[in-house]
Amino acid sequence: MLVFIIKRLLVAIPVLLILVVGTFILMYTAPGSPFATERGIPPAVLANLEAQYGLDQPFVVQIWRYITGIVTEFDFGPSFIYRDQNVNDLIGQGFPVTLTYGFWSFVVAVIIGGALGILAAVKHNTWLDYLAVGISIGAQVLPNFVLAPILVLVFTLWLGWLPGGGWQGGQWQYIILPVIALSTSFMASIARISRASMLEVLTSNFIRTARAKGLPMHRVIFRHALKPALLPVISYLGPAFVGMITGSVVIDIYFSTGGIGQFFVASALNRDYGVMMGITVLLGTLTILFNLLVDILYAWIDPKIRY
Amino acid sequence: MIATKSVADELAAAAPIKGRSLWADARARFFRNKAAVAGLIALVCVMLFALIGPFISPWNNEDIDWNVLGNVAEAGRPSLETGHWFGTDALGRDLFARTVQGTQISLMVGIVGALISVIVGTLYGAVAGYFGGRIDAIMMRTVDVLMSIPYMFVLILLLVVFGRSMLMLFIGIGLVSWLDMARIARGQTLSLRSKEYVEAAIATGVRPFTIILRHIVPNLLGVVIVYATLLVPSMIIYESFISFLGLGVQEPLTSWGALINAGAAEMNKSTLWMLAWPLFFFVITLFGFFFVGDGLRDALDPKDR
Amino acid sequence: MALLEVADLRVSFDTPDGTVHAVNGMTLSLDAGQSLAIVGESGSGKTQLAFAILGLLAKNGQATGSVHFDGQEILNLPEPKLNKVRANEIAMIFQDPMTSLNPYLRVGDQMAEVLMLHQGTSKRKALDESAKMLDAVRIPDARSRLRMYPHEFSGGMRQRIMAAMALLCRPKLLIADEPTTALDVTVQNQIMELIADIQRDFDTALILITHDLAIVAGACQRTLVMYGGQVMEMGTTDDVFEAPSHPYTLGLLNAVPRLDIPQEALQTIPGDPPDLTRLSPGCPFSPRCAFADGPCRETMPPLEGFGQGRLRACHADRETVT
Repeated sequence: MLVFIIKRLLVAIPVLLILVVGTFILMYTAPGSPFATERGIPPAVLANLEAQYGLDQPFVVQIWRYITGIVTEFDFGPSFIYRDQNVNDLIGQGFPVTLTYGFWSFVVAVIIGGALGILAAVKHNTWLDYLAVGISIGAQVLPNFVLAPILVLVFTLWLGWLPGGGWQGGQWQYIILPVIALSTSFMASIARISRASMLEVLTSNFIRTARAKGLPMHRVIFRHALKPALLPVISYLGPAFVGMITGSVVIDIYFSTGGIGQFFVASALNRDYGVMMGITVLLGTLTILFNLLVDILYAWIDPKIRY
Repeated sequence: MIATKSVADELAAAAPIKGRSLWADARARFFRNKAAVAGLIALVCVMLFALIGPFISPWNNEDIDWNVLGNVAEAGRPSLETGHWFGTDALGRDLFARTVQGTQISLMVGIVGALISVIVGTLYGAVAGYFGGRIDAIMMRTVDVLMSIPYMFVLILLLVVFGRSMLMLFIGIGLVSWLDMARIARGQTLSLRSKEYVEAAIATGVRPFTIILRHIVPNLLGVVIVYATLLVPSMIIYESFISFLGLGVQEPLTSWGALINAGAAEMNKSTLWMLAWPLFFFVITLFGFFFVGDGLRDALDPKDR
Repeated sequence: MALLEVADLRVSFDTPDGTVHAVNGMTLSLDAGQSLAIVGESGSGKTQLAFAILGLLAKNGQATGSVHFDGQEILNLPEPKLNKVRANEIAMIFQDPMTSLNPYLRVGDQMAEVLMLHQGTSKRKALDESAKMLDAVRIPDARSRLRMYPHEFSGGMRQRIMAAMALLCRPKLLIADEPTTALDVTVQNQIMELIADIQRDFDTALILITHDLAIVAGACQRTLVMYGGQVMEMGTTDDVFEAPSHPYTLGLLNAVPRLDIPQEALQTIPGDPPDLTRLSPGCPFSPRCAFADGPCRETMPPLEGFGQGRLRACHADRETVT
């Protein structure tokens, strides 16, 4: 197992390197300078600015500096737009916010979605099953960028119960709507996946054996059916993680929560390459680590997989 | 003896039912599924709306109604008299015409994006599964690696760096989502490969790519159709997401995502129709595709029930 | 007093293509310690008969009639009461050993939980008992095997584990549903020997369900031939093999490949098993029967006794069926 983890981490390094170099090339070849947006800068000043940030150096030198900066000092370089802050500062500001509501969204999606799906399968073809299926189909057509305005319309504008945006250091009122908006579609997917796999597991031969042993239903479900029914859900956690990261962009913009998604879009629109690269690398690393975690979890549950 | 004959006739009548072709069987099963038929009808209606809309709309999607401007909340309401059946947007442009136009774009992006990813994914997966061994290992490992990249961010980068254009949108969205299709196609191909007719083709010396195109891909069709139907709505969601961020199609062109975003921005000015109309078409279409996709899956894969 | 008495048992399933009538008025009885083989082609309803007895039918299935076991009616008993009978009084070995054990749990845990549930044994004692039972079904090195997962065993081994698990509570009746179908021929013989030994050593009654007449001969005292969910004939195994009284039995026996008589080609029964969604009022075998005439297609022949405790359901004269 340890060997497997180390091997996977070693594979992750070239993947990240490709990601960094790829993004860097993309930035490098992009037409226009990050400073070109500021109109009326004399060419001499522009050249001076570019020299200050090392943009006049050849490509290889630039990318070498960038990568060594990350590896040796964990420095993602300066921001071209926010002059007094570097990329590390910006990420340090935004990431805790994203992490907070992202964590809660993930927990809500997995626990409520999983419980809903398994309950629906066990109570197959009852009102509870229909309700769960109804919720998951409904949530499928309400992605976060559609759900967010609807939530604000209902809970902020009509009912006035919850604030429609802001963060305020992460007080609970400010977390609820972002979490609902971000988690709902994933909760629905998890409910659908766990329901389908539970239904399938319940018809399998070894469940019949368990019933023939005289085990009461709750024991059949929790001891014999739960693990195999959850395997497809675990496989889905990786894509769900990536999806949530993507969704956080919408949440940050719509609710002005101040997470990294907000910085990413702002920097994309302003050609602030340092910030874009920093966020891409950070998210790539997180995704790789998370997928590794998922694989370990999967192997832990499924005895047929041994590394 | 008469009774005997009728039983024999009954048996004879029963026999041909079993002999129905796979596709006829699937069609019968599909049309027995009420939700799927309802979804299909909804989709046909939305498509007719997108196709016929431009010819019946009294307004153009670009023209600003100056009578409305400045008093959109009152004069811009949906009404039959002004000809703004769906009302106007915040700039006084006719929302019916804009919704028609947005529907065209969203449907087109959805369908073309799904086609691109299905074609790329199927061929990739079929090749990997057919050759197996080292080639398969390398190809599928690549897919694994690509899957661990937050794609939407790369897509945003692409759109920023190369400028926004429909082409970029198609390529970007299509390339984001071929990975799942590749995995599905590979899995199916692996099991098809050991089928007798494929081995017979190999034994008689048919070239690999001919086998893939003649024998493998047609047999993947069922899975591919189901997956493609379910892929279209996620393509539409991707496009709407991009448009929501303001990186999608550019004015005066629009799409559901852009319209929903614009409507949401005006939400607190009691002009809810701006959000409601595009949202209605968005939701109806997604429902339609999901129901049709589920119906197709049940119809083509009876063991799934 | 018979241990198991099944009377007019009917099992049907609601499916999108109509109602499937799997078992249509089965009647049989079995004394304690006796063994009975139920023989029939696939689709003859023999497995569903067994599932109905233990209340294991799929959700869309329902059973009517009566199953009397050891002094109580157990058909359609509520689940909690039925759970006291399952494994404890009636145990079952299933057709496919590869999928009948839970792949996610250790073999020892799967076995021990039976004893812990029915006899309130502590986990340690239950594991000890399980190891002894694995020993009894001739699995070497039983103690350490308890910690292994099912996928680490071969098919034959897994079927032995299933048998060991079934025997843990010393049930009065063991139902073995096609226990050898999924196994190699050499392993088949071992498993059949094992089941015969078990039946003798533990003094359990046995119902052996199979389509393979070849394995019945040495294993069971009596044989019941089933078709279309109904009894075709029944008698001692020797009688049924030596003097079959039903055209279907005759067909089954002729289809067994034999080495002692030169044969040109393997004999088969022409035609297909009946369509269970549309039952004809007559004998279910009549469309495939060489002896069938008018009445066979209109009324089901009654089950009639003859000879020494034999039963048959056929319109044709006994003497003509040879």
